[in-house]
Formats: sequence, C-alpha cells, structure tokens
Amino acid sequence: MYGSLAIVGYGLSAIGPGIGVGLIFAAYVSGVARQPEARGILQPIAILGFALAEALAIFGIALAFVFAGTNPN
Amino acid sequence: MSSLLAAGEGTGFEAPDPIETFWQPLWGGNSQFALTRPMVMAVFSVILLSVWLLVSTRKMALVPGKAQFVTESVYGMVRNGLGRDILGSKDFLRFVPLLFTMFMLILTNNLFGIIPPIQYPTMSRFGFPLALALIVFVVYHVVGIRSMGLGGYFRHMVPAGLPKAIVPLIFFLELLTYFVTRPVTLALRLFGNMFAGHILLVLCVVGGEHLLFGDTGIALKGTGVLVFLGGFVMTLFEGFVQFLQAYVFTLLTALYIAGSLATDEH
Repeated sequence: MYGSLAIVGYGLSAIGPGIGVGLIFAAYVSGVARQPEARGILQPIAILGFALAEALAIFGIALAFVFAGTNPN
Repeated sequence: MSSLLAAGEGTGFEAPDPIETFWQPLWGGNSQFALTRPMVMAVFSVILLSVWLLVSTRKMALVPGKAQFVTESVYGMVRNGLGRDILGSKDFLRFVPLLFTMFMLILTNNLFGIIPPIQYPTMSRFGFPLALALIVFVVYHVVGIRSMGLGGYFRHMVPAGLPKAIVPLIFFLELLTYFVTRPVTLALRLFGNMFAGHILLVLCVVGGEHLLFGDTGIALKGTGVLVFLGGFVMTLFEGFVQFLQAYVFTLLTALYIAGSLATDEH
C-alpha cells in the first residue's frame, strides 16, 4: 500500500481548528440561548471566528498537497 | 499507486488524481496559455449575472415580483448586514458595489460546483481567488493610506498605549498580517474549501462507482450504495459551504476595509 505521510500530518493539523470551531459555535449557541435577540449581532462574529480558525485547517490541506511528494513507482 | 494496488490486491481502483481532476484545458493543449474550463465558466458567470441583474431589476415595482425579490434580498443582506453594520453608516455606500460584486461573483462561481451540467467550482483553481484577494489587498491599503496618510496608516497598525519595548515586535507582526497573512489566507481559504470539497465529491462518486460496478464482492457493493448516499449528502453540504465561503470572503473584505477606515479609534 502506498500513501503519503503528509495526509497524516493534515489529519493532525485538523484537530486544533476542529476544537476551535467547536468552541466558537458552542459559545455562539449558548449566547443565542441566553439572549435570543442578540442573534443578529453574534452571527457575523461567530462566522468571523469560524473563518479565522478554519484558515489553519486550510493551510494544513494546502501544505499536505505541497509536501505530498511524488509516487516512488 | 494504481499499479501497486492492482498488482497487490487486485482491486484496480484508481483514486482521482488532483492534477487530472482540475486541469481541464479546452483549447491550446498543455501549454501555459491554454484556455481552460474554469476560464470559460468565469466568463459565463459574469454574463449570467449581468443578464440576471438586468432582467430582475428592469421593471422595478413597489411590490416586488419573484426575481426582483431574490435580487433585493441578496442586495439587502450585503448592503445592510455586511456593509452598514461593519463599515458604519457614514461611508459604507461607496463600498457596497465592491462587496455586492464580490459576493455575487463568488457565490455563482462556487455554486457551479454542484450545478449538474457544470459541476466544477471555478474557485478551485488558485488563480481566481488569488485575483480577487489581490483586488481586496489593493483596496484596503489604498483606503487606509487615503484616510490616514502614509505615516498615519503605518502608525495605526500598532494599538495605542503599548509599552515602548514591544512596539517594534507588534509593528513587525502587524506588517506581516497586513501584507502577507491577510491576502494569503483570504485566497487560500476560498481555494482550499472549493478544492477540498470538489475532490471529496469526485472521490465519493468515483469510489462509489468502482465499489458498485467494479469486480468487488457483494459486501463491497453494499458499501458502494452507502458511498453514493454519502456523496449525495456531501453535495448538499457543499452547497452550504459554498454559500458560507462567499459570505465569509465578503465579510472579511468588509472587515479589512473597516480596519483601514477607522480613524477615530486612537
């Protein structure tokens, strides 16, 4: 079987952003649950935080393809 | 990979290759100046958007029809939700055309990824999001230098009231943010989402096809059905991601411009 270690690296690098995105939306959900009328204010903030955390995972996937190397065969 | 798998396990499955999946020249062969499929789609999206916006706003009525309603709600979302709320009610209006164009263009090109006869998100070729990110890059720098002057613009990057010792460090980090991180993340985020999403869909469909119709056992044919269903669910999820990424790109554009406009904060 042939694979690339870079993809394992991507899996590892996705853990952090995964936890981060989870925390952001957890905070958003509890914020809206406590104060439903604040939804309009909280939504762009939550999506902004999501985008910034997700950027790390996107770096990971870009670098995984960059360092994937070539097939030895 | 394929030869090894075929020799070793006899499945013969060939995973979709990223280069072959995305490099689709229509004219000009393999050269650097080839006319590729995403180029044609980008032009097509501009024509489509122009026609749609012209037709839906040709007969403006106080009680909007269906087309006018759709256009107005999208415009309202961008103008009020992104423009006014983030840029402030004083001078948001001159940036609304940019924001609306960005949103509509990215949304249309992203949605090409799941619309059946096309099914190829234009933004999964890095050049397209890079060009858009460079436009945003130029816009927020020009806006910042115009509103604060060249020296003031660089001074505003460092928050006021910091201890003298760490000012150079923060200034260096902020320079990196303004000139490297922002354009690179803006372009990479859109590209990465579209690229990864598209390759996932291709893998679901190609893999499902192989599991169902290749020389596999009955158990693997069962998984093939599941993989196809997974591909269907992922298509819906991709639609959501594509909308979200268009929104995020426009949101960040507005935020960067707002950061360059902020003169009274210090």
